[in-house]
Amino acid sequence: MIESVVITFVQAVVILAVSPFIVGLIRKVKARLQCRQGPGWLQPYYDLVKLFRKDVVASTHTSWIFTASPYIIFASTLAAVLLVPIFLSTVPLNFAGDVITVVYLLALGTFFLILAGLDAGSAFGGMGSSREAIVASLTEPAMILSIFAVGLTAGSTNLSTIVHKTALLQGIVTDPPPHLMALAALFIVTLAETGRVPVDNPATHLELTMIHEAMILEYSGRYLALVEWASAMKLLLFLTLISNIFAPWGIATEPEPVWMIFGVAVWLVKVSGLAVLIGVIESMFAKLRLFRVTDFLGLAFILSLLAIIFFYILRG
Amino acid sequence: MSLDLSWIIHWGLFNVVVLYGIGIFLPFAFYRNAHFQNLVAHGAAMAASIVGVVLGLAGLWAPEPVTFSVLSNLPLLTFQVRVDPLASFFVLIISLAGFAVSQFAMGYVREFENRRSIGALGGLYNAFLLSMTLVILADDGFFFLIVWEIMSLVSYFLVVTEHEKPETRYAGFFYLIMTHVGTAFIIVTYLVFYQQAGSFSFEAFRHPAAPLPEGFRTLAFAAALIGFGTKAGIVPLHVWLPYAHPAAPSHVSALMSGVMIKTAIYGLVRVYFDFLGGTFPWWWGFIVLAIGAVSALLGVMYALMEHDLKSLLAYHSVENIGIILMGIGAGMIFQSYGLSNLAALGLLAGLYHTINHAMFKGLLFLGAGSTLYATHTRNMEEYGGLIRKMPWTAFFFLVGAVSISALPPSNGFVSEWLTFQSLFLSFQIPDVLMKIMLPIGAAMLALTGVLALACFAKAFGISFLAMPRSAHAREAQEVPWAMRIGMAEMALFCVVLGLAPMGVVPMIDRVTAPLTGITIAEKIVSEGGFALVPAPDKGFASISTPVLGLLLIVLVPAALLTAVVIGGRLRKRFYKTWGCGINLKPRMEYTATGFTQPIKQVFDMIYRPTVKLETEMLEESRYFAKRMRFETHIEPVFQKYLYDPVVRVLSLLADRLRVVQAGSLHLYLTYIFLTLIILLLWVR
Repeated sequence: MIESVVITFVQAVVILAVSPFIVGLIRKVKARLQCRQGPGWLQPYYDLVKLFRKDVVASTHTSWIFTASPYIIFASTLAAVLLVPIFLSTVPLNFAGDVITVVYLLALGTFFLILAGLDAGSAFGGMGSSREAIVASLTEPAMILSIFAVGLTAGSTNLSTIVHKTALLQGIVTDPPPHLMALAALFIVTLAETGRVPVDNPATHLELTMIHEAMILEYSGRYLALVEWASAMKLLLFLTLISNIFAPWGIATEPEPVWMIFGVAVWLVKVSGLAVLIGVIESMFAKLRLFRVTDFLGLAFILSLLAIIFFYILRG
Repeated sequence: MSLDLSWIIHWGLFNVVVLYGIGIFLPFAFYRNAHFQNLVAHGAAMAASIVGVVLGLAGLWAPEPVTFSVLSNLPLLTFQVRVDPLASFFVLIISLAGFAVSQFAMGYVREFENRRSIGALGGLYNAFLLSMTLVILADDGFFFLIVWEIMSLVSYFLVVTEHEKPETRYAGFFYLIMTHVGTAFIIVTYLVFYQQAGSFSFEAFRHPAAPLPEGFRTLAFAAALIGFGTKAGIVPLHVWLPYAHPAAPSHVSALMSGVMIKTAIYGLVRVYFDFLGGTFPWWWGFIVLAIGAVSALLGVMYALMEHDLKSLLAYHSVENIGIILMGIGAGMIFQSYGLSNLAALGLLAGLYHTINHAMFKGLLFLGAGSTLYATHTRNMEEYGGLIRKMPWTAFFFLVGAVSISALPPSNGFVSEWLTFQSLFLSFQIPDVLMKIMLPIGAAMLALTGVLALACFAKAFGISFLAMPRSAHAREAQEVPWAMRIGMAEMALFCVVLGLAPMGVVPMIDRVTAPLTGITIAEKIVSEGGFALVPAPDKGFASISTPVLGLLLIVLVPAALLTAVVIGGRLRKRFYKTWGCGINLKPRMEYTATGFTQPIKQVFDMIYRPTVKLETEMLEESRYFAKRMRFETHIEPVFQKYLYDPVVRVLSLLADRLRVVQAGSLHLYLTYIFLTLIILLLWVR
């Protein structure tokens, strides 16, 4: 019991601590590819602390939804993170929810983010909310299905079971085609859900292009810090999902401190690699037009569905 | 103990009828005192609902079904009722929803004072609840059809309460026709059973003298699907529903959308799992699943485009009936492959969603009724900022919105999750086609779920947040206490159903156990009652809404604490929203139409939108618009391509038949005479 609480707490701390680093890493990669030095490694942490200390300016038009949303978004994202194996293949809270729960917990955050975007009455917020609604509608089904396609081999939708069995290669027969399709689908979902190029651009404040940034335009001070931190955690969650579901090797399968520390190190290497990849993609591609984005996301949905169909066809 | 329960059930049956009866007739005794009529009618309904809850719970835990009958001197008709677990469960749903709705109605019908007879409204309302309860309890085909018809007619009268509006009359007329088409098919179903049973008693349907031939079974399946499906609002028989449900007074809408359509679900389960004994080919289940998936997806898609709050909710009923049918359809598929564990799971998921939908849809309709009461308009584009004027209503509506969007740890999440699981567990079916088809159903369910989230973000965001968009919204006031308490009760039911699945699952298991012959409650509820596991032998997955709820309750203050630790005390200033240098006006806000524009464009295959834009330019310059007019419609595909042709053909036929209807009395007498002679010849 105490062990479970400690592991859960450590997991929360690790995610909270590492997530700004990943955001900074992507920025660094982009800067280097543009032949710039870029801000220092600790800049995202300084940004968060500064935002937390700043005064909050809230709109007179807003209601308690606007005030409560950052806390709800932060809490629901953190809750989702606690259900995902990071350095230990079987998280203590795994009985509380599976992949569908993770998706719906993130959806809870999205729901309140959309409401917060509408609350100030500004057209920017409404626009961001409206776009977020369509992006979320197309990505979340793809996310459930792509992970389920992998879950089929492990015979479970429980993330811990999937990761644990894959790590130990317990009764796992890998079929490359469905797995690759699911991987591609999940990667597209990651780009879309975390507001990355080519779906959204986290660096822009141009109303024609922004989605996530438009919704949080009215936020300032500690509210903005919480929302930013939550989206950094969400990014890390997706990278963790990709690395631990498709390549869980190195993760601790027993709650031994040594192996868990090793697991953290291996996990850091994996998610950093993915973050570099995202940085490269952001530098190489332009943002898609909004109505081209939907085709791109439709692709993820179809790929994940095909992954399941192929799985059964290959097995007969 | 069993004796006691049987006594309670008899007591409950008697009192439910008596109390609703009081509610029907007594209001008329207080002629001219509308306030008293209101109290008597809805007070009686609340009392009867409490008895109904007791009756439902007693029936669920009774070791065996209790029957009670009153003989009539008409041939083939006995007023027989039977309280078995399936019926008790639905009585429980009706009574729980009825209780909160009656509480709400006490405040809401003030809206109709001096305009309508409160006595008539209250009396019909009680008759509606009583007829629904009797539909569920009826144990005789004829008796069932009689109360079914009473239910339909009473609800028709309630729909046309505001009959001075032409659109209400149209809605009522449409509803009346569709419900009778449905009833015709239900009659066909029962006649098929009568063929072999030789009696209209349900007991005879269950155990016919000779087994039904395969063709007749299929006929019964199809006729029941169409007949009950019309009432349930499955696509493409749903077209009447978005007209009729919103036209009724809001508390009646809540009952129609939340509860009445569930009588159709009851009918389907009763026919398929009880009368037909739960043995059927796989493609029956597949058809139910497919219809469910299509209804769910199209229901939510049309809901997104709806800016009349009550019509939006009505379309969501189509969606949720779809989700319920997906669970039941999956259960039927598993049943036909002999996987009774999973069949019970699918059925359980469907029934869980049935009770959930009754509660959150009831709650949302009560919320919509409150906004209607406060603003006198149903158009969302005229709302805005209501959260400041009506904080209670806004909060309860939010609870309903979170529940219907299936966000954890709400009740909608539990039942949708169970439905997901029963669809994903398809890998245990030996047939490859079904293995693939069920996950495709899950994909459609996932898409439905997120679109529902988008729709309720729109409904809540546009209606309750930002600035008021019209004078109606600016002058809105919080609704009376009676209405708030009614909504609070519904919200409480939603929360309890979400956080205590370990109590609900064994209850529904008592319903599914006799139907599938297997009890799965002990297997599903695990971890000392805290988690739900759909397939224990496989270790497939589990959720625990109490733990998720606790996690969120702990983490929100943790976030607050983090902010205080890092940032110190909160210093907050208020300033108006930045409007690019000019003062922000409500007209600059995003509208419901604007919010759903991307969705409309992405799915234009389904919506087939037509857009009309007229711009009048200034004479001095062609670059400045003087006036703009924007019109957009989505094509009512089903009405245009399915219903209109049928109506045209029928009108044409009726035109032709006018020849025999010449208006001459002599001619009619001749017809009667000829008919008599033919009949006499035939009988001879």
